Amino acid sequence: MYRIGCGAGFSGDRIDAPQAVVAAIAAAGQGGAIIFEGLGERTLALRQMARHDNPSKGYEPLLEDLLEPILGPCLTAGIVIVGNFGAANPVGAAIVIQRLAQRLGLAAPRVAVVEGDDLLGKVALEDTERWDGDSRLPELVGEVIAINAYLGAGAIADAIRAGAEIVVTGRVADPALALGPLVAHFGWEWTDLDRIAAGTLVGHLLECGAQVTGGYFADPGVKDVPGMADLGFPIAEVEADGSFVITKSAGSGGRVDRLTVTEQLLYEIHDPAAYLTPDVTLDLTSVTLEPAGPDRVRVSGARGHAAPKTLKATVNVHGDWLGEAEISYAGTNALARARLAIETVAERLVRRDIAVRHRAEVIGTVSAFDADAGTLLAAHAAPADGDFRVRFAFGGTEAREVQRAVDEVNALYCCGPAGGGGVRTSVRPRVRTLSHLVSREAVVPSFHFVGTAA
Amino acid sequence: MSAPRQTIKLHAIAHGRSGDKGNRLNVSVIAYEPRDWPVLLAEVTAARVAALFAHRGVTEVRRYELPLLHALNFVIEDALEGGVNSSLAVDAHGKCLSYLVLGMDIGVPVAAGGGAVSAPIVPARSAGTP
Repeated sequence: MYRIGCGAGFSGDRIDAPQAVVAAIAAAGQGGAIIFEGLGERTLALRQMARHDNPSKGYEPLLEDLLEPILGPCLTAGIVIVGNFGAANPVGAAIVIQRLAQRLGLAAPRVAVVEGDDLLGKVALEDTERWDGDSRLPELVGEVIAINAYLGAGAIADAIRAGAEIVVTGRVADPALALGPLVAHFGWEWTDLDRIAAGTLVGHLLECGAQVTGGYFADPGVKDVPGMADLGFPIAEVEADGSFVITKSAGSGGRVDRLTVTEQLLYEIHDPAAYLTPDVTLDLTSVTLEPAGPDRVRVSGARGHAAPKTLKATVNVHGDWLGEAEISYAGTNALARARLAIETVAERLVRRDIAVRHRAEVIGTVSAFDADAGTLLAAHAAPADGDFRVRFAFGGTEAREVQRAVDEVNALYCCGPAGGGGVRTSVRPRVRTLSHLVSREAVVPSFHFVGTAA
Repeated sequence: MSAPRQTIKLHAIAHGRSGDKGNRLNVSVIAYEPRDWPVLLAEVTAARVAALFAHRGVTEVRRYELPLLHALNFVIEDALEGGVNSSLAVDAHGKCLSYLVLGMDIGVPVAAGGGAVSAPIVPARSAGTP
């Protein structure tokens, strides 16, 4: 049996979560692995911008904070650390880890870097195909900042077999972070598709951290979660046949049961018979979940089919700006004043010929469900009295235009409806992303070690 | 001949979660109790889910059935107004949107008798909860 835990489900996750995971795996005395996932579709774009500004940056900004408490315990207990915290600069992250080990008085660890995901300058976009989920979005205009392919688990597994104690990656398929150590440990063949599928499923359930142990789940009075402030992050206990138990460290908050595991099983899944990854097409339709004790669920039945012929790549483009501005109206007739603020700003944009994409909503009514057109708000019948916050959002390729739109919200202080207060505004650059499919020949994953001398 | 029916919120018999990839949203709908699985199949159709998202300009909704898990998975195309990196929405990921689906009114037989649907597992909330 092999234990593999998750220490972070996104960049910005609870910084103190990994420690209990490492302690639990170490206490079992058989080594294992811990994975860190921190590269959402948007996150890598942000890291590319950071590296653009400073070539030594571009990795996970909280890397040292994440690893400092666990680096020594992992090295001692034989727990391999695998993370995509390399982001746009895996070598830079590896150097930081070596320096951290020095600072902590540890022997230099064997840190491997996985590369090959960065395709900028290596593929021509016109030779690729738009991923069908994005196929109806407009073409990107502007400078292409980055093109990163989702790599599979092969280079991660090879690095661990070669002795890596820490594997730093950039863009890899999230489940590959777990599949790599499992393949290295059990020696599964890449052609043993049901085992590769099972390891991919382990990764899929772990990669969002607490989302399988009670996070993103609690609905008071309906599905309650104990210990929300101390959620235990997940640990999988994996057997050689690929079946596994999802659990969490003893004494931690959260819950692991059929409900939490089912929700995460289908998270970000499209066709459940064909979850496409670089390593395998995962078929979830035969998966069964059985209780296996308190906060323990046994998962079995993953099936694998041949991996897709192409790899998905995220294309990041500079040039879009997002402006946001909010203002509050409270008390008697507040909703009518909020609606008047929206009408007033819309008319000002027309009068001043400010060319931006535009959305306005009243938080506290139907904002999260509504569309840019405000269809639901227009039809919304609510008490006129209340405590409402109007949120405006503006998008455009010219910062100046977006700023002019935001300024119109600020001007509501003196020129808007009665009792408007608490204006907050921001204008910031965005990176737009689209997914494309690239041929496997264009992507050559590899790993190498980064030592203290680097 | 037809049994008396009542209207409840889907939220009373099912839970779920939304996730995003690009401009594509998925929402799972999972029966708390296996006995309610036929109700999900009958009531929570792709067409009804598409109607909930019509104002978002959704172009297609596909429903996948997972009988072993008593779960449905809906893939909702073009629901995210451009996706997380270009949407102007307050919730650009669409993480709130599972609750748009769970707020759906569904018809169930009035409890009692063989094969009847469970009563809502949640006690009715006091007035004031929308």
